[in-house]
Amino acid sequence: MININILKPTSSNFQTYLYIGSALIFIGIFDVFLRSFFNINYLTFLPGSLNFLFPLIIGLVGLQMIRLEYSGNRIVDKINQNINNNTFNAGLTLIIIFLTLLVIPPALDWMILEATISGDTKEACVATEGACWTYIKVWFRRFMYGMYPNDFHWRINTAFIVLIAFAFVGYFMRGKLKNYITFYYAILYPIIAFVIINFLISGGSFGLEWVETNAWGGLSLTFIVSFFGLIFCFPLGMILALGRRSELPVIRYISIGYIEFWRGVPLITVLFMSSVMFPMFLPSDAFVDKLIRVIAAIILFEAAYVAEVIRGGLQALPRGQYDAAKSLGMGYWKMQIFVILPQALKLVIPGIANTFLALVKDTPLIFVVGLSEVVGMLQMAKTNPKWLGYAMEGYIFASILFWAICYAMSKYSQYLELKYKTER
Amino acid sequence: MSESIIQMKEVNKWFGDFQVLKDINLEVKEKQKIVVCGPSGSGKSTLIRCINRLEEHQKGSIIVDGNELSEKTKDIEKIRAEVGMVFQQFNLFPHLSILDNCTLAPIWVKKTPKKQAEEFAMKQLEQVQIADQAAKFPGQLSGGQQQRAALARALCMEPKIMLFDEPTSALDPEMIKEVLDAMVNLAKGGMTMIVVTHEMGFAKEVADEVVFMDEGMIVERAKTKDFFANPKNERTKLFLSQIL
Repeated sequence: MININILKPTSSNFQTYLYIGSALIFIGIFDVFLRSFFNINYLTFLPGSLNFLFPLIIGLVGLQMIRLEYSGNRIVDKINQNINNNTFNAGLTLIIIFLTLLVIPPALDWMILEATISGDTKEACVATEGACWTYIKVWFRRFMYGMYPNDFHWRINTAFIVLIAFAFVGYFMRGKLKNYITFYYAILYPIIAFVIINFLISGGSFGLEWVETNAWGGLSLTFIVSFFGLIFCFPLGMILALGRRSELPVIRYISIGYIEFWRGVPLITVLFMSSVMFPMFLPSDAFVDKLIRVIAAIILFEAAYVAEVIRGGLQALPRGQYDAAKSLGMGYWKMQIFVILPQALKLVIPGIANTFLALVKDTPLIFVVGLSEVVGMLQMAKTNPKWLGYAMEGYIFASILFWAICYAMSKYSQYLELKYKTER
Repeated sequence: MSESIIQMKEVNKWFGDFQVLKDINLEVKEKQKIVVCGPSGSGKSTLIRCINRLEEHQKGSIIVDGNELSEKTKDIEKIRAEVGMVFQQFNLFPHLSILDNCTLAPIWVKKTPKKQAEEFAMKQLEQVQIADQAAKFPGQLSGGQQQRAALARALCMEPKIMLFDEPTSALDPEMIKEVLDAMVNLAKGGMTMIVVTHEMGFAKEVADEVVFMDEGMIVERAKTKDFFANPKNERTKLFLSQIL
């Protein structure tokens, strides 16, 4: 009657095993929970190492007891298939759960429970061991707008709101206007954006005081650099990708040369060159703003990467698509625009998103030429003698900002993938 | 009979060292239907791909509707627009609906107004009996439906000549008939057709002449009846005995 192998359930006595096993697992997890959250240890009577390993052992025994090929209980079957299919995986599962439980309380303590956000000076933070969010609060405007004069921050805000409004114009284009939607986004919108930023943020006319680009900074600069980087490197990359597959040797070798050159040099040297070397080659009376030079450098650099991603998509298309387009009498550009590129670009949405995310995360490098976007401002703030010692808070803040931006972009790329998915 | 619409003289073509076409001479008159057959690798597909210059020939001359095809030909697109082609793998554009597949070239190449192009495309789709699938994407259609859509797409350009490159070879047996029926209808309408196919039933029903190719050469060309009744060449006899 009594099953000798007590750790091997059968389908007949599974119910009992399920109850006992679940209880053991629960005890194991609960024990770690108590130790971690309330610093209570009920098992001090056990010798040292056994005390330490007790939750793991009891949890493993519990998982062993509910392991059955087919139990009929959906939740248990799911667990058995995915995380409890052998003792090693069961152990890993438990260790991950325990580690999570152990990490949460200190993290929670530091970030929220013992953190400070009140006050305007460093003194508010001296008393506590938690995070000093006061630091972020005090420096917030700097992180957003850089050294841009406080009185004119509304100009940056307005410019961005207007830009976002213009971005939605395409959404309302109906009927005949819809044919011009690509033209609007590819050519008109960048011009509008440049004009708005030039007049509103840079100023110098319409009674707006001129603010030189050296003073621009913070997250708004991140946006400006990324925005122009993204919208210009894409068409340039597209042309380079087509160029590299061209049948005309001159165009092909120019494209190959361009791509291999820009992929071979580090971005940081390109930025440095654009800011220091480039002006030396210009006639002394010519002047190109440093920010424009830097953005141009980023565009030229990233276009090489975009080109290779798009080329991957072009190569994935079967030759039959080219044949069909040609046999219908389409010339090179019509074939590329209506048949080849729409399919190729759809294929490389994940790769393009990848490159774009990298571009956004590369923007802090403009620090080397003296432009301080959000991470650059952070560097400045953490070395301010009044606020020494709060680098951690700053970096966490920047991480959250970048993560949010990049996650939004990633989600949008997934949405695009779904939107353009047609069954093959 | 009327003038030859396609004239090929001493056409030679190489892929690297390998000669695919050897001294091809072929004349096709208007409204003629020619079936090209032969073992695989004999150059049939290459031959008809040369006619709309999807492949370039290295020696000899090809004249299509009075235009000589060569590197100097400037308006190759114009000639291609007059020569429709149906492929073995359909080659529909998967990102466009069937109707858009059919109207893309008329709108952008022939500059037909959109509404007119759509009406004409619907007529062509009705001809091949898939008008009800017009809004679907190619991936949602069966092979036979896709091939008929490809045929309609080519017809929307109102070509003077239609080329078929093994149009039924990629299809399940029960779908072959629907495609062949559409092709027979087209033939009855008086289209000039060159068809590469292994469907000998179709050849007997439709073709005026049959061309047999082997190893890049035209081995035999004869009226359909003669071709099947008393083939002259040994190689042709062997081929026919194997596939009939």
